[in-house]
Amino acid sequence: MIWFSALVLIPLMAVVVTAIDGGWDVFWSTVTNGQTAAAIKLTVFTALGVTVVNVFMGTLIAWVLVRDRFWGKSVLEVMIDIPFALPTIVAGLVLLSLYGNDSPVGIDIANQRPAVFLAFLFVTLPFVVRMVQPVLEELDRDVEEAAASLGASRFTTFRRIVLPSLAPAITAGAALSFARGVSEYGSLVLLSGNLPFKTEVTSVRILSSIENDNVPAAAAVATVLLVISLAVIVLLNVIQRRVAARG
Amino acid sequence: MADTLVHADAAPAPVEERRRPPRVRKTPTTYVLRLVAAAYLFFLVAWPVSLVVTNTFDDGFSSIQALFEDPDMVVALQLSAYVAVWSVVINTLFGVGISLLLVRKEFPGKRVLNALLDIPLSVSPIVVGLALVLVYGGRNGWFGPFLLDLGFQVIFSTPGIIMATTFVALPLMIREIVPVLEEIGIEQEQAAESLGANGLQRFWRITLPSIKWGIVYGVVLTLARSLGEFGAVKVVSGNVLGQTRTATLAVEEKYLNFDQQGAYATAFLLAMVSVACIVVVAIIRPKNHA
Repeated sequence: MIWFSALVLIPLMAVVVTAIDGGWDVFWSTVTNGQTAAAIKLTVFTALGVTVVNVFMGTLIAWVLVRDRFWGKSVLEVMIDIPFALPTIVAGLVLLSLYGNDSPVGIDIANQRPAVFLAFLFVTLPFVVRMVQPVLEELDRDVEEAAASLGASRFTTFRRIVLPSLAPAITAGAALSFARGVSEYGSLVLLSGNLPFKTEVTSVRILSSIENDNVPAAAAVATVLLVISLAVIVLLNVIQRRVAARG
Repeated sequence: MADTLVHADAAPAPVEERRRPPRVRKTPTTYVLRLVAAAYLFFLVAWPVSLVVTNTFDDGFSSIQALFEDPDMVVALQLSAYVAVWSVVINTLFGVGISLLLVRKEFPGKRVLNALLDIPLSVSPIVVGLALVLVYGGRNGWFGPFLLDLGFQVIFSTPGIIMATTFVALPLMIREIVPVLEEIGIEQEQAAESLGANGLQRFWRITLPSIKWGIVYGVVLTLARSLGEFGAVKVVSGNVLGQTRTATLAVEEKYLNFDQQGAYATAFLLAMVSVACIVVVAIIRPKNHA
């Protein structure tokens, strides 16, 4: 307990205390400062967009991995986990090599907004897949077959039978991928160029405040991120408890 | 690579088909979904990662060799390994402790603690770094000056890097052990207790063997995460060449200094380790279920 407090709780509290030290006005003017606000907006909206893509693609990939059988499936399984284990800076470099200025496919999005989107997409890939997969595996297929025998089309079966039971897992995965997206830093350093107002995300903004010795500003923006991740954690807990209550 | 995978599956897999004949209906949709999933992963993961490998070996092994001949780079790699090992050790000890606490004991605030444990996964590494600097910073942190008086510098030196790394990798071990502990229950331990085993014996002979695999996964995941930590380390380390520069920081530095070969080579080494970690987990996990 003491260890956990010393390592996690006290430092995080220090961030919040430093942020509100200067009073509400200072906090508010820092957060609404043009460049910072642009960074926060970019981060949150990109993370939202990426989460939407992940909800679709993640569910689709989980479906393929669970219901389909084909040669090379285990390779795909391993590929899902790569973004999670790969150092983020390496992830940035990796994406840069394919989608950067000497791209073999002629797509150059380095230093542009799509680069931020791409980086988020890469690092958040595993979350929805890994949340949905176990639930889909546990699902009783008899119900689906019953629905099919009663004349439901495959799409109707999916929408009415499968999707409702997957919904908590999808939401949990989406929450995690949103949180991860908002807090992403390492993969963007090389890929996005960190141009103010254009591709600068919140984490980068905090770092430049730290480097300019403007700790209160850094703490203020960090508090915004902290609040977002706390909200996600609370949401996850609510989902978990609801699922536990139902099961 | 994934293209060939997709085409190759046109060949029937007779054994699988026979085992569950009515269930697997192959319709065009099945193939479309399969193709979409494979293509998405190919463009997002497989191709970019494979490019790093080809870029590293553009001119044979020379770039890897150059890496090991650069004394600063060797120091950076050693530091990364040293930090990762420490963070694995610390997280293993405390991970097992906190997991036991969470599963076996009832105490007020347990649910809050449980929720707070997930913070390191969802909070930005930069925020983690900032938080540690604010508390342990040498000049004006909360505890920093006090520790500095004791001759113990945390920020801008190795202990700070270890703390940052331990912070971000903290939940991985706990999240692996807690489900296992919940599943095994306490009957065996009670039986052992009734036969006169003391607490330490019960832990050593009953609990530890049964959570062994959970710990192994935890260690592997923590190792991968620790080696790769970048943002938090960047804030707390000060990035002093040859002293507090880790391998991930070196990747950035090299790339920004137009040493692309060196950056790719370092990235390749790091990627190898993390891919190896995932493959290890992927291989041993099914055995555990059987």
